[in-house]
Amino acid sequence: MNASRRVAVLKGGRSLERQVSLRSGARVEDALGRLGHEVVPIDVGADLIARLREAEPELAFIAMHGRDGEDGTVQELLEILGIPYTGSGVLACSRSIDKVLAKHLMLEAGIPTPDFFAFNETAFRELGAADALTAIEERLEFPIVVKPSAQGSALGIRFARSPADVPAALVAAFSYDSRVLLERHVAGRDLAVSILDDEPLPVVEAVPRDDEFYDFEARYEIGRTDFVCPADLPAGLTEAAHELALRTYRLLGCSAFARVDLMLDAHGELTILEANAIPGLTETSLLPQAAEAAGISFDGLIERILELALARQPA
Amino acid sequence: VSGSRDLERYAGLFAARTKVMKSSAMRDLMAVTARPEVISLAGGLPDTSSFPPDTFAAVAQRIAAESCAEALQYGPTEGLAETKDCIAQVMAGEGMHVDPEDMIVTTGGQQVIDLVAKTLIDPGDVVIAEGPTYPGAVPVFCAYEADVVQIEMDGAGMRVDLLEQALERLDREGRTPKFIYTVPTFQNPAGVTMSLARRRRLVEIAHERELLVLEDNPYGLLRYEGEPLPPLYKLDGGGSAQAPGSAGRAAAEFVMYLGTFSKILSPGIRLGWVVAPPPVLDKINLGKQGTDLCTSTLSQLMVKAYFERGRWQDYVESLTDSYRIRRDTMLDALAEHFPPQAEWTRPAGGLFIWATLPDFIDTTDLLARALRENVAFVPGEAAFLDGRGRSSMRLNFSGSDEDGIREGIRRIGEVVTEQVQLYGTLTGELRVERVPGGEVVPMPTPAERERRARGT
Repeated sequence: MNASRRVAVLKGGRSLERQVSLRSGARVEDALGRLGHEVVPIDVGADLIARLREAEPELAFIAMHGRDGEDGTVQELLEILGIPYTGSGVLACSRSIDKVLAKHLMLEAGIPTPDFFAFNETAFRELGAADALTAIEERLEFPIVVKPSAQGSALGIRFARSPADVPAALVAAFSYDSRVLLERHVAGRDLAVSILDDEPLPVVEAVPRDDEFYDFEARYEIGRTDFVCPADLPAGLTEAAHELALRTYRLLGCSAFARVDLMLDAHGELTILEANAIPGLTETSLLPQAAEAAGISFDGLIERILELALARQPA
Repeated sequence: VSGSRDLERYAGLFAARTKVMKSSAMRDLMAVTARPEVISLAGGLPDTSSFPPDTFAAVAQRIAAESCAEALQYGPTEGLAETKDCIAQVMAGEGMHVDPEDMIVTTGGQQVIDLVAKTLIDPGDVVIAEGPTYPGAVPVFCAYEADVVQIEMDGAGMRVDLLEQALERLDREGRTPKFIYTVPTFQNPAGVTMSLARRRRLVEIAHERELLVLEDNPYGLLRYEGEPLPPLYKLDGGGSAQAPGSAGRAAAEFVMYLGTFSKILSPGIRLGWVVAPPPVLDKINLGKQGTDLCTSTLSQLMVKAYFERGRWQDYVESLTDSYRIRRDTMLDALAEHFPPQAEWTRPAGGLFIWATLPDFIDTTDLLARALRENVAFVPGEAAFLDGRGRSSMRLNFSGSDEDGIREGIRRIGEVVTEQVQLYGTLTGELRVERVPGGEVVPMPTPAERERRARGT
């Protein structure tokens, strides 16, 4: 075992994914304890800086999801304090959390991602974007997926099955972010490739148990979705998924670890939906499952993530 | 190696009934509402800050001096006789005269819902409830795997005509509900009160069909205006004099009555009670033995000492005065800050207002937006088991002071208005009609509707 370190575990916060983050954080704390490290748990709030200064950790393990933790905010603060931290840096976080920006970068790099249009509220309120909705609907074809640009989890994601559904779906999505995207719905198999230290891990497939009621929440609920890892894919597709995921990871500038979500459509085409700079680390989360399938225990995963953070530390 | 926090280690052991109904979205959102910077109109909290600490100290002192050993000991499952006498006084305050023999003292009113369900419900059995219903009853019904049929309400409470239709439909399916759960007075969450005519008809239906009714009445004494209506328990003959020569009072035949000290004294002492027909009460007693043997003796003695100390009604009256002001503050703030497409109930008592927005607004999503402004409410879906209520919200006015209420409603009104305008921009019109045959909408009173239409 490596030297014992004092590690601050940042979790919770005021993100809407607070609950998941608290679970990720608790699990990370347990693992760190088993690995012989000294753990300083911090539920992130207004006293974050004061608590970090008091605790003087050698390293911060960021187990936060969504706003503040996954969007580069906390990373920026840790840079200022000179505390090394786990996972991707400020720029990669900012790019990953912003689905619109990430998708534009993918388009530019030639990485397949579903067609989309993105708007902020101003476009509708002041620029008459509503008049363009019909044209958008024709281009994308129904059903259309409407989602907030910066929400990390499934919150605020809606299917619009007909034009009549679009306005309410937009209102819902704008509840979570001032920018939303309308995206072509890709029917098919729901895949995730987690990456650890520039190496793709076995592909995880989320298989809904009940197709009729499958929605974006289902995959987060125990008992509603089965996870298969490694996914049983036709020849060559695992490699293709790995390659696309790794290209996306590098394109966004991620480091140490990330999870890339993909769809495999009926024609065998892969498209990238999004990348998550800090994927969940709970008992149902996909990164730990993929690591397990690669023979890396949860504790092993956490130790690797720590080592990568320390290796990145400026001399 | 997996730790003791790992759900997957235990997931295979869980009973099917542990599956919760609440959407994961709502659970995620509610986790944020507890943060200190949030003005929460989501809770159902009474204002315990106004309870005199001197009284608390005197009560505790008296128990220490006079009944220390008893307070620290187990008690009878059905409760202490002295506490039951206090309960009889409270029920008399609402015009009910009850035989203490027909009563069990419970660990809060919530335990009554649990014990009644435990006593009556096999998996798949039908329970009738109001739509919307008390959100705290939802996990109980789920835990016993009840099939809950929710009956729409309007400004006069549960639509008893729709109840009859539902009962006939169930008849045709060969199903008989085990009981009807209702909060007839100042309903949680809708804030409405069942009319006298409907109360009478509901009791008649119970007799005609030999159906049990669980009357949940936590708020009956918190009336801010108007005249009290007789509880279902009383309409069912509960508390009437028995045949000559019999000392006690008759229990109601089909109405089980749930009361609590939570809203008239303290929720922290966890003291409620149930009055029920003796055969049902015996089974409830057995269930309670299995659950917790007896209700806290200490809490029961606190009530006894508190009642001996002076008029318990004084504190209820002070609460009523304070909550009336808070209710009025919230109603005024709603009129000022909510857009004309919104409507809400005007409760004559209790703790809650139920507001309904145009159907294009989903209140669970709206809560996410509201939380960015540091304000919270309960999304309507929490009060349904069937996915309805998604455009409604429950607003609590007892747990925040007037400034908090005004500011909270102002912030919610702002985000609602923002969404109404956005929708109008997106559609080129401001639609206000609802899904045909859709939601439960306890309507505002005609006077209030008119007042708002006039814009005053």
